[in-house]
Amino acid sequence: MAESTAGPAGNRLVEGLRAYRLIAAMWIRSTMAYRASFVMTTAGSFVATGLDFVTILLMFSRVDALGGYALPEIAFLYGLSATAFGLADLAIGSMDRLGRRVRDGTLDTLLVRPAPVLAQVAADRFALRRLGRVTQGVLVLGWAMSRLDVDWTPLKLLLMPVMVVSGCAIFCAVFVAGAAFQFVAQDASEVQNAFTYGGTTLLQYPPTVFAKELVRGVTFVLPLAFVNWLPALYVLGRPYPLDLPRWTAFAPPLVAVACCALAGAAWRVGLRSYRSTGN
Amino acid sequence: MGAGRLYAAVAAGGFRRYATYRAATAAGVFTNTAFGLILVYTYLALWDVRPHLGGYDQAQAVTYVWLGQAFLAALAIGGGGVEDELMERIRTGDIAVDLYRPADLQLWWLSADAGRAMFQLLGRGVLPFVFGALFFPVALPSDPLVWAAFLGAVPLALLVGFGIRFLVALSAFWLLDGAGVAQMAWLAGYFCSGMLLPLNVFPGALGEVVRALPWSSLLQAPADILLGHADPLGTYVFQGAWAVALLAAGRLVQSAATRRVVVQGG
Repeated sequence: MAESTAGPAGNRLVEGLRAYRLIAAMWIRSTMAYRASFVMTTAGSFVATGLDFVTILLMFSRVDALGGYALPEIAFLYGLSATAFGLADLAIGSMDRLGRRVRDGTLDTLLVRPAPVLAQVAADRFALRRLGRVTQGVLVLGWAMSRLDVDWTPLKLLLMPVMVVSGCAIFCAVFVAGAAFQFVAQDASEVQNAFTYGGTTLLQYPPTVFAKELVRGVTFVLPLAFVNWLPALYVLGRPYPLDLPRWTAFAPPLVAVACCALAGAAWRVGLRSYRSTGN
Repeated sequence: MGAGRLYAAVAAGGFRRYATYRAATAAGVFTNTAFGLILVYTYLALWDVRPHLGGYDQAQAVTYVWLGQAFLAALAIGGGGVEDELMERIRTGDIAVDLYRPADLQLWWLSADAGRAMFQLLGRGVLPFVFGALFFPVALPSDPLVWAAFLGAVPLALLVGFGIRFLVALSAFWLLDGAGVAQMAWLAGYFCSGMLLPLNVFPGALGEVVRALPWSSLLQAPADILLGHADPLGTYVFQGAWAVALLAAGRLVQSAATRRVVVQGG
């Protein structure tokens, strides 16, 4: 019997991924019809996100350390946060359009299609140009790693991909939870920006910069600290914020799974509460 | 109806239109407050290492952050003003209807943008600023004359901002899809207005260049009047000169673009 309960859920996941792949591929094909435009918007996305790092460079033209951290260390935090967020934004960054779909009634079209709604919304307007942000994050991360004075153990190296994947999953959960909230507050998509774009900006600076309450909030309430702060501070050999135990640096995968489960539940509640505008 | 009353009505319409989106306004207040918080802490860390950086003390740097959050939506520094709609009307050809109206195109959209900005300033700007002033050490002048001088710089900032965005929107007459230009203008505006870092902190020649560009009229100029860092009259002249130059350029481009529409329509 266990198989029959796991079966449909597993099928649904496979079905969702398949629908996602098909829709995303369609959007990529349509983007590629205008190749010059694609190149320009990707470059634009690269430059736009790069300005954040330029700001940090400008700050370091005036100081040698920020919150007790040198430039390569902050670049390390920046690169990890920007890469993890960039991947999440690339994968499901279009979720913030959900409120508009609820308002104008186009969500109804998705409900009648034989594919999971979440996959359809996530893949809608899949924008490959967002690779610009990922590229920028990876470049800064690579530069930081080349400049860091870190004794690279196998464990620290292993932690790198784990950090990026878990961080991406945590940000994906924030996107989905934000979309679920938009079922209730239809034109409040900007609240989501505070947690997504705001979250990644926050993580670009070391926790020593921020007030204890804020650090507590992004550790225990919305666990963004697990995206990069805790594992990265382990790699850098720096003290953790809030005197957290050492093992928390290895908790990101567990935190990511928990976040995704909660966001999934919020999504189902939101979808169930949906009432069409009727047009 | 007198011309003045017409444009006042357009402005009132712009104000009311944005006032209807209550949840969006609340969401905007929340987001501006959250970003203000993040920026304030990074600035405090920066000014902790270098007190009096750029001539500001910590309280002045904090005030600058919250002023930026108050102005962001009102001056559409990151986009989101009437230029989006104007560009869409040019792309779809609806602009032809606007040209038949017995009203001036530039003044019409300026009025609509002024109404929008007024609402964004009151609805979205004041609360994050008050939050910042309550929970962080800020440097606010006690002299009402300084406040009056500051308030005088705000409409000039709006004129310069609109001047830039109107030109960006009109580029759609030639490019049809102005999204690329809008994105570039948004980036330049964000960086050169001092939203990311006060312009007086920018090092050397880069600092001198960004302070001479029109975008410094948007945030840096009013902020420096409020913080007692700039002489109001000199600032007004700087902002006014850019406003006149940009609006005049807008007129020229507008008449060139209008002729283009007639040609297409014939």
